[in-house]
Amino acid sequence: MGAATPIAYVRSRPAERRRPPVSARGPFAWLRQNLFSTPFNAVLTIVAMMALAWLVPPVIRFLLIDAVWVGADREACLAGPDGREVGACWPFVRERIFYFIYGSYPLGERWRVDLFFALFAFGAGWLLWLEAPRRTLGAAYFFVVLPIASFILLSGWPAVGLARVDTALWGGLLVTVVVAAVGIVLSLPLGIVLALGRRSKMPIVKFFSVAFIEFVRGVPLITVLFMASVMLPLFVPPAWSPDKLMRALVGVTVFSAAYMAEVVRAGLAAIPRGQFEAAQALGLSYGRMMRLIVLPQALRITIPNIVNSTVALFKDTTLVFFVGIFDFLRTIEVARADPKWATPVTSATGYAFAALFYFVCCWSMSLYARRLERRLSAGQGR
Amino acid sequence: MNIVRSLSLGIAAATALVVTASAGTLDDVKARGMLNCGSSGQLPGFSLPDAQGIWMGFDVDYCRAVAAAIFNDPTKVKFVALSSKDRFTALQSGDIDVLSRNTTWTSSRDTQLGLNFTAINYFDGQGFIVRKSIKVNSALELNDAAVCVQQGTTTELNLTDYFRANKMRVKVVAFATLDESLKAYDTGRCDSYTTDASQLYSVRLKLAKPDDHVVLPEIISKEPLGPLVRHGDDQWFDIIKWVHFALVNAEEFNITKANVDEQVKSDNPEIKRLLGTEGNYGEQLGLTKDWVVRIVKGVGNYGEVFDRNLGQGSPLKIARGINALWTKGGLQYAPPVR
Repeated sequence: MGAATPIAYVRSRPAERRRPPVSARGPFAWLRQNLFSTPFNAVLTIVAMMALAWLVPPVIRFLLIDAVWVGADREACLAGPDGREVGACWPFVRERIFYFIYGSYPLGERWRVDLFFALFAFGAGWLLWLEAPRRTLGAAYFFVVLPIASFILLSGWPAVGLARVDTALWGGLLVTVVVAAVGIVLSLPLGIVLALGRRSKMPIVKFFSVAFIEFVRGVPLITVLFMASVMLPLFVPPAWSPDKLMRALVGVTVFSAAYMAEVVRAGLAAIPRGQFEAAQALGLSYGRMMRLIVLPQALRITIPNIVNSTVALFKDTTLVFFVGIFDFLRTIEVARADPKWATPVTSATGYAFAALFYFVCCWSMSLYARRLERRLSAGQGR
Repeated sequence: MNIVRSLSLGIAAATALVVTASAGTLDDVKARGMLNCGSSGQLPGFSLPDAQGIWMGFDVDYCRAVAAAIFNDPTKVKFVALSSKDRFTALQSGDIDVLSRNTTWTSSRDTQLGLNFTAINYFDGQGFIVRKSIKVNSALELNDAAVCVQQGTTTELNLTDYFRANKMRVKVVAFATLDESLKAYDTGRCDSYTTDASQLYSVRLKLAKPDDHVVLPEIISKEPLGPLVRHGDDQWFDIIKWVHFALVNAEEFNITKANVDEQVKSDNPEIKRLLGTEGNYGEQLGLTKDWVVRIVKGVGNYGEVFDRNLGQGSPLKIARGINALWTKGGLQYAPPVR
């Protein structure tokens, strides 16, 4: 071959060296990406950090470092002669903890409350653990067996040797769990029925559903409770009037059912018409169409909202406080008035304890809901 | 206010129909096997559940005394926790048989609500607490003082009235809740804090250094407290009234929880009549002969009830003051049993 043709290089000199890429891993990269990605975010981060630095240390100091852990009465929680700052007065909570759990439930009968908590936890676990065996049986247990057994266990049935315990003696955690459980368990089915009623084509059913929902939603819960506990006995002879806790349970259930109805209705409205039509084309009756096709989809969409309502209801149970029922918060409120423990920090300790309790409960509810949501929407996650 | 009043009158009238239709309250209570007693449940010294959830206090012991007189068992009481707003409605509607909840006897309450005050079991009144360091010995030396008070209560009104009547100036520092106003006093925003004297003692314990504070002797308002019943059942009214008199008489004759069994054997005719070894005074009330023995065994006499809940036997350490017996310069005086 002849003389070699010169090779035409596109580039005559090596490309300039670039700086190594910004590390995409490691703590600094994480900081940059998540906290300081733009100047605005950097400012937000710094402000948030300052707020935390301002809030968190005093809280920790109060709850843990300066806290008093042992003591027999108020003397232990008073500032000493050296003027040392006193934090939370935990012996107060320790002495009163059984009151916070059982209220005035008679001492000798408290095992019944413990058994109720165990049965309830067992049922709730069975129902909420998605891989649990025989969950339909679990549902039957939770919705039928448990309520009846709990009622007999807690209020007593002399025929089987369980002394009657008036609901006026119930209190603390027991009342909070009972009110929240009854409200949550009854309001969902009631809410579904009301939501279906509201979308029904039958005018009377529709009218009553709309009237009920709009009326109850238009009134604050506290008013419903006052009506149930103060006004009801004026119209009903004392012998017939249901007991105080029962009145509050009905009030709470009715109230949350109205909200639940609207939540479920939103889910129903989100189901495309085609789904209804397809179900009807298959010849499904109204009941089977709802049960097999529509509700499973509608409820899945509404899970975040149902949980939202549930968490709200759980916290709203504290309103029974105002009609003289000793729920968890009220037992704390009462205990902090005890002169045996009267100190400047007693109230703060009680409220801190209540805040921790409600936070842990509500947070675990929303954690569970998030898991459930992720699992149920696995089909959409492509 | 008028609407509220006419509403509660209407309610009272409406419930009177229901109530008079039933048998006497005493028969109802006996049939039920339980006395329904309305109380606060949140007032240290007067009614508050203890660590076991058992209700304790001065108001509570009055209901226990009634239960002891009827059933010979002071535990046969169902306590209903009532706020100051719903206490009268609960009694009017028949939810409770007796209201023993730190309630001031006033003419309008006695006449307008369809209710009757039975007796004065505690003479309360509004007082002042000050720091010892400001060296004030009388409320009359509080001219130009800043006084912390809870908003919207009669306490606030009494305070300004008192200072105006005595031609003194006052700076009222009002807060919505007890805790806030107390904190303001404790941190030095006010020279004094005012509320009912019975409350001042429990309030004092909540201060950072209780021993640095002192309750002044002046009482600037009359707050006679006592149990209430519904109109329309005079026998029940008599029973509640005489349970109080029994407690006071028992103290006067030195009949205590500990010595009641010996006192039953006493030769003193007055003690014999009181304890039912002579005459049938208990039966005249619709109770039993030994009704006072039952009461004293159940809760003790007036002095014991006072000491245990409010006085030296309690953390509050309230002095008897005008609540001492008439024989000791106080106002507690009971008609004789005969």
